[in-house]
Amino acid sequence: MFDYETLRIIWWLFTGVVIIAFVLTSGFDFGICALLPFVGRNDLERRAVINTVGGTWEGNQVWLVLLGGALFAVWPLVYATLFSGLYVAMLLVLFALFFRPAGFDYRSKLENPAWRNAWDWGLFIGGAVPPILLGVLVGNLVQGVPFHFDADLRPYYDGSFFALLNPFALFCGVLGLLISLFHGAIYLKWRTEGVLYRRALAVVRVLGPVVIGAVTLAALWVVFGMNLPEITAMPGTDAPSNPLNKTVAMTSGWLRQFMSHPWMLVAPALGFGGLLLAWRSALEHTSVGAFLFSSLGITGVLLSLGFGLFPYLVISSTDPNHSLTIWDASSSHFTLALAFWITVIFLPIVLAYTRWVYRVLWGSVTPEKVLKDQHSLY
Amino acid sequence: MISGEEIVNLSRLQFGLTAMYHFLFVPLTLGLAFILAIMESVYVMTGKVVYKDMTKFWGKLFAINFAMGVTTGITLEFQFGTNWAYYSHYVGDIFGPILASEGWMAFFLESTLVGLFFFGWDRLTKVQHLAVTWLVAFGTSFSALWILIANGWMQYPVGSAFNYETLRMEMASFADVFFNPVAQVKFVHTVAAGYVTGSMFVLGISAWYLIRRRDLGFARRSFSIAAAFGLASVLSVIVLGDESGYTSGEVQKIKLAAIEAEWDTHEPPASFTIIGFPDQEAEKTHFAIKVPYVLGLIATRSVDEDVKGLKDLRAESAKRIRSGMIAYGQLQKIRAGDKSEPTKTLFDQHITDLGYGLLLKKYTADPASASEEMIQQAANDTIPRVAPLFWTFRLMVAAGFTMLFVFAMAFYFCATRVADQKKWLLRLATWCIPLPWIASEAGWFVAEYGRQPWTISGVLPTHLSASNISSDQLWFSIGGFVFFYTALLIIEMFLMIKYVRLGPSSLHTGKYYFETNPAASVP
Repeated sequence: MFDYETLRIIWWLFTGVVIIAFVLTSGFDFGICALLPFVGRNDLERRAVINTVGGTWEGNQVWLVLLGGALFAVWPLVYATLFSGLYVAMLLVLFALFFRPAGFDYRSKLENPAWRNAWDWGLFIGGAVPPILLGVLVGNLVQGVPFHFDADLRPYYDGSFFALLNPFALFCGVLGLLISLFHGAIYLKWRTEGVLYRRALAVVRVLGPVVIGAVTLAALWVVFGMNLPEITAMPGTDAPSNPLNKTVAMTSGWLRQFMSHPWMLVAPALGFGGLLLAWRSALEHTSVGAFLFSSLGITGVLLSLGFGLFPYLVISSTDPNHSLTIWDASSSHFTLALAFWITVIFLPIVLAYTRWVYRVLWGSVTPEKVLKDQHSLY
Repeated sequence: MISGEEIVNLSRLQFGLTAMYHFLFVPLTLGLAFILAIMESVYVMTGKVVYKDMTKFWGKLFAINFAMGVTTGITLEFQFGTNWAYYSHYVGDIFGPILASEGWMAFFLESTLVGLFFFGWDRLTKVQHLAVTWLVAFGTSFSALWILIANGWMQYPVGSAFNYETLRMEMASFADVFFNPVAQVKFVHTVAAGYVTGSMFVLGISAWYLIRRRDLGFARRSFSIAAAFGLASVLSVIVLGDESGYTSGEVQKIKLAAIEAEWDTHEPPASFTIIGFPDQEAEKTHFAIKVPYVLGLIATRSVDEDVKGLKDLRAESAKRIRSGMIAYGQLQKIRAGDKSEPTKTLFDQHITDLGYGLLLKKYTADPASASEEMIQQAANDTIPRVAPLFWTFRLMVAAGFTMLFVFAMAFYFCATRVADQKKWLLRLATWCIPLPWIASEAGWFVAEYGRQPWTISGVLPTHLSASNISSDQLWFSIGGFVFFYTALLIIEMFLMIKYVRLGPSSLHTGKYYFETNPAASVP
């Protein structure tokens, strides 16, 4: 039904959709967990904070699982190269995620304050570490990752864990945390009243300018400090996937795509505009608007990165010819089509029941309500 | 360069540990989800509140277990990429979409709705909540379906072909992959084993309450539901036993022969070795006690087909290795630019044996010119160690039949309404709680260890599948897993035991044992 080239572009888009859905939903879960020990000053307040996401975080996390599955299915070389190359970083993300299911479910199962306090810090780790490390990962994707393939397409990582922790990537890690905290505080503010609302609002008030400033700095850093390879020869956009068959040349400047497709500037505009309006709306006590704008802002930031890197998925810094692009790192035509139909059918279904679950569980969560339902809530 | 033997062994150790650990929680989730759905259905149909309390209490235990299933499941999703990078490249085209389907169709469903199961009681109508519970139950089993399709394909890789331009396997027919007979048999066998696990858990704990004369109405009803569901499930596990899947494909046949310690091919009908002492060196089984006809019936469903012995199967492997050497040689020619018809035709004739050629990579960089000795070594590698398979299989079967006895007795005495007076049965049921876990882990071991030396049977050897990582990295991750998994297991068991001892009193309805007996000390 669709030719190979079209499906590769569609899957570039779908992968973006899954990434954005993960960052927008798990993003506020991470932020709220990272804020938990600070905005909640006693057990009931903390339980109220936890229960703003208690019934829905699990579904949100599936976007991450699905992202792994989608990379495996659609861009197997990306999955293989990144996960094995960034081995220690990926395992640290995983270990941090371990704190969440048990933290949410086990915390309130015992009354002991030391037990509960320990899990609060566990949830803090589960909320703060993944956005930092995933930010570091994104920072490295922007610059290129040191890897190459042998003739059998076996990936080799040429760097070390500490090579990942370069200044720009560390800055992106901080940015990842800041955005999660900002987005999380905006969601928390929406779902609470009284003292928790006021504390969440205070976080948003302070973080708004910080986040916008940090995004600006990162953008300038990319524009003036980063280079992109340019493809000089490749077999064709519908050729069988094999990243060893092309050659690239390093060019100066990271903005090539934006220069040749000025409409793409919509993405950075959306990023800055969204984050700014989110901050403004929050200060004006418009909770729905703040969340909407914050979501649009984050979407704009992610789209800017995606547009800028197109058609690259992962750039190799040690052998740029081996960089993975959407034209030479995808699954077969058959599998792309199969995965396309599965997604087209199930994406709307998943969105529909997710929306229903949010609607049923909607409503502000306060310490008083937690006290009333103390034996059934988290 | 290919990952060294130490890396491959450590990667296998880590995968085995984390997969078997994950599988401590999965079967209980599978079974308990359906038992919850059954209990809640009775509540909705009869309006009796005790069934709602049952759903909520067993639901609390379900939650404690479910959290661990989620925690340990993500590990596996990450681990193909982190530790088995070449595998991920080589079969991602087939294996990836199956895992992604599991995400879209099943894991999303159970994970999104499970929150409503816990927090939706007062926000949904009775029927809506019941629907949510059933959807969670179907979601968990549906998840198992996709995972076992993925695993079934590793055992018997149908519907796919090697592409010399992309240097990997690619999917040719989704229907063949989905309806893979091995996968379908495995699915039924595995989910039914999960149902048995959930039933044994509820049966044993209810029996413990009955022995202590606590919350009798609650415990008796839970016991009956577990007895009925458990009996149906254990019969499914045994009757639809996995062995019928062992006739598909060479590697599965080798596994069957190893399980039965069948060194030589005998005249049909094959007899079944109940017990004996397999000796790998001498290639025979000492002190074997055999029952005529039975193996032939189990494996081939007939009395006139023979069940091949390991020695003959090894000779067949050697034949396929020789053919695989030709495939490998032709592949190198094609990759060097020789795309002439004779080269391609010869490659196509031997392509299905390419994986057997790759077995030689363990001994030489160029399988096409392997020596006779290397071929024999590689052929030997295709025969797994017999004793571990022989014994774990028998452990699984023994656990299965013991549970059949327990469920049959429990069901019979429930039907005659005297179950709570049969002290011996109640004690036996409590003592049998670990059995389904032993059986599940043993079954998993047989299936996976028995597939060695392959990750994908006949297609990709294990020693080629691992990532190029260092042993330091592996020790770091194994250390992390051992630390976190041990700590989490202790916490989980502690909570589980605490809530089991509290029983339905943990619901704070005011009706149950510790709330109505002020003298009893709350655990």
